[in-house]
Amino acid sequence: MSVTTLGRIAAPARASRRAGQRARRRARLTEAVAMMFGVLLIVWTVLPIYNMVMVSLEAHSDVFTDAIWPPHPSVASFWIVVTEGYWYLEYFWHQFGNSLYVGAAVTFLTLLIASLASFSIGRMRIRYGWLVSNAALLTYVIPASFLAIPFYRIMQNYGLANNLWSVIAAEVTFATPYGIFIFSQYGRSIPIELDESARMDGATPMQIYFHIYLPMLAPALVAVGTYALLLAWNEYLYQFLLLSSKRSMTVPVALAQFLNSDEAPWNYMMATAIVYALPPLAIYYLFRGRMTAGLTMGGVKG
Amino acid sequence: MSSTSVLEFAPSAIRQRITTWRHLRGGLKGSEYAWAIAFLVPYVGVFLAFVVYPAVYGLWMGSEASLYSELFSDPIYQSTVVNTVLFLGIAVNLKMFCALLLSGFFMRRGWWVKALLMIYVLPWAVPALPTFISIHWMLNGEWGLINNAIYQIFHIDGPAWLDSRWFALGSAIYSHIWKWMPFWTVILLAGRMAIPQDLYDAAKVDGATGWRQFVHINLPLIANLYLICTLLSTIFSLGDFNSVFFVTGGGPANSTHVLATLGIRDAFDLAQPRLGVAAVMSALPLVIPLVIILMRKLKTAEVQL
Repeated sequence: MSVTTLGRIAAPARASRRAGQRARRRARLTEAVAMMFGVLLIVWTVLPIYNMVMVSLEAHSDVFTDAIWPPHPSVASFWIVVTEGYWYLEYFWHQFGNSLYVGAAVTFLTLLIASLASFSIGRMRIRYGWLVSNAALLTYVIPASFLAIPFYRIMQNYGLANNLWSVIAAEVTFATPYGIFIFSQYGRSIPIELDESARMDGATPMQIYFHIYLPMLAPALVAVGTYALLLAWNEYLYQFLLLSSKRSMTVPVALAQFLNSDEAPWNYMMATAIVYALPPLAIYYLFRGRMTAGLTMGGVKG
Repeated sequence: MSSTSVLEFAPSAIRQRITTWRHLRGGLKGSEYAWAIAFLVPYVGVFLAFVVYPAVYGLWMGSEASLYSELFSDPIYQSTVVNTVLFLGIAVNLKMFCALLLSGFFMRRGWWVKALLMIYVLPWAVPALPTFISIHWMLNGEWGLINNAIYQIFHIDGPAWLDSRWFALGSAIYSHIWKWMPFWTVILLAGRMAIPQDLYDAAKVDGATGWRQFVHINLPLIANLYLICTLLSTIFSLGDFNSVFFVTGGGPANSTHVLATLGIRDAFDLAQPRLGVAAVMSALPLVIPLVIILMRKLKTAEVQL
């Protein structure tokens, strides 16, 4: 009995084993092709970043040669940046502080204003709240650069020209709508019964906001906070237009200043660029999961 | 409960006033209503002071008809419009289509695919300015990395990338795609991941794999997301100042400006802010329909995403 069954099965089994081998070979082949594609993708991705690192490690005389890797790599340029040893960099750490100040203020104000507004709209269900969320959505889809010229004029009228607070105002304006969007959506997953029972117990809206809403909102606060911080740190146009003196500049504006001179010291410039890019890079990879979740939850913006 | 019984005894005029009042407050009690208003005030203030005021101010600045005849007769403006259309048409579609394909690639299993994704998102994670400046130098005709590499490998001189209009515009488009493709890939990847695994399993049982699985499962489910992303990317790209400003600087001879950079150049380099506003405003026929479509789509998309 068992022998005959085995015999009858044996032939198809051999065939299927051969088919299995073929399938495995094909899988290995596609995997190899995919890996090759992956290598190409790495080259595409890393090329400008490699160029940045390469130039920053070169001496000034080596920048203007046909080398494709640094002939005598050294971190001298970074030392120049850190010690403010070049006249474009004389206020580097002060400017770095300005960028940090702007980033911190924008993050705090964005979280505060957006969470308050979303609490009023989503939790307290204020009538005509949808008008405010539409206003936020409108701000979110309008390109910020389109408002730059009148914004500059208005900051002059407000007497905030060359003042960090004009930049903070601009960044908060463009970061808050995203916050309202995300908080409103995330807020839907927090049971409204929590608020209602607190209200029954006589809690004021302020207490509900601080003791229930904000703690429950924590993951969304991290996502939006990271977004606002990176926006404020990375944004260029408004900072360039609104800040003109060396002591009020932020790092990106100072960095772009290098381009004004004909014989730009590219190695110092790239070293500055790397020092400027490292904090957001670290924050990005630290909060990557949260940020991605926030982005897919609420549509999009870079 | 008690409030209805009070209402029954109240004269109809008062009842009317109370219900309108309650209608306005959306069922909030007096002090709660004050709180709700107070919570909204900061954002409404920001919106009025920094969005409505500049927007109205801009409309006023660009309201003179003579500005537009001056603008439209400017050959730099004319080439800028062509550049903007090309930039949007090529950069947005190429970027989104590649992002769609790559999001499929990143659905593959395996540790190296995850590691690759970490590297692949670098352009998005690094601030725009440093990398665009780097690209600017990388494409330098004499000492840039690209032409150095071409020389080392083929022993020929590469083209001066930023010295001719079409190469320069192509470089700006390349930079834009390089910077933003990872972002949209991550969004589309998340959209694909949200498709329940059962659907794939069921399709596999029915014998649909590869291309057919893509056409019959992925595409219908991801089409709406893809459309929204493309529209959103169109409007963001229209406002993209950095990739043109830092890679080509609008050059050579102002031949590669897009509307976003031309507006700033007219306003600040030529000190003609009204002309700059007019240049930006001339994009409104494209911006307004996009904004309307997007606001509708985004409101329904919240639920679907």
